[in-house]
Amino acid sequence: MIWQLDLLILALVVVCAVAAINTRDLLGAVVIFGVYSFLMCLLWAEMGAVDVAFTEATVGAGISSVLFIAAIFRTTRRSKD
Amino acid sequence: MKLLQERVKDRPAGENLIIRTAVRLMIPFIQLYGLYVIVHGHYSPGGGFQGGVVLGASFILLALAYDLRTSLRFMSERVNAVLGNVGVLIYTGTGLLCALLGGLFLDYSALDRILPLGPVEWRSLGIFVVEVGVGIAVMSIMTSLFWDLGSGGEMDEGL
Repeated sequence: MIWQLDLLILALVVVCAVAAINTRDLLGAVVIFGVYSFLMCLLWAEMGAVDVAFTEATVGAGISSVLFIAAIFRTTRRSKD
Repeated sequence: MKLLQERVKDRPAGENLIIRTAVRLMIPFIQLYGLYVIVHGHYSPGGGFQGGVVLGASFILLALAYDLRTSLRFMSERVNAVLGNVGVLIYTGTGLLCALLGGLFLDYSALDRILPLGPVEWRSLGIFVVEVGVGIAVMSIMTSLFWDLGSGGEMDEGL
């Protein structure tokens, strides 16, 4: 464990989380969420939890981004009613 | 700048030769890697869940690069439902078999009474069987999650 690296990744995670909330474009928010997941994956791997890091990389950054984009394709900008 | 929904409407998504060829070359290796992660789950990081997700991602990649019908040709909806149930059945069946043979639920050393290999060997084999079951179930659930979300449950076009 290198605490400087931990601190750097944690700061980037917080930046990504705030940016994902504040982005108005949904597709941009999904991409930032993928970046967040990869940073969390790096953090888990750096702290020695390789199994959790693997799950985070496959599910968090891979599948859930695709599912979010599939859901965004079903939305429209304005509601119809 | 046009909205994403408008841009997609007048252009059939995924009509790209480079992407299609690259995906066709990548998918066998992705599936091989998923099988490796499942089979080596008890020696190295990974296991049934992660390997199942990687296997399911290969079918999702096929549906993204081609269309949903192509991925349904390689893994039909019926086969997918059967595989999902078989995976759960392998997992709970192994646990129940251990319980019926006199051990606790998922206590693999009880399986020693079927074939005397020793409790240590059976613990290793038991977790392997459970990982295979989990991998099959997760693969089919991930694939059908994408199919249902991508096509709105109609299984025709979608993404």
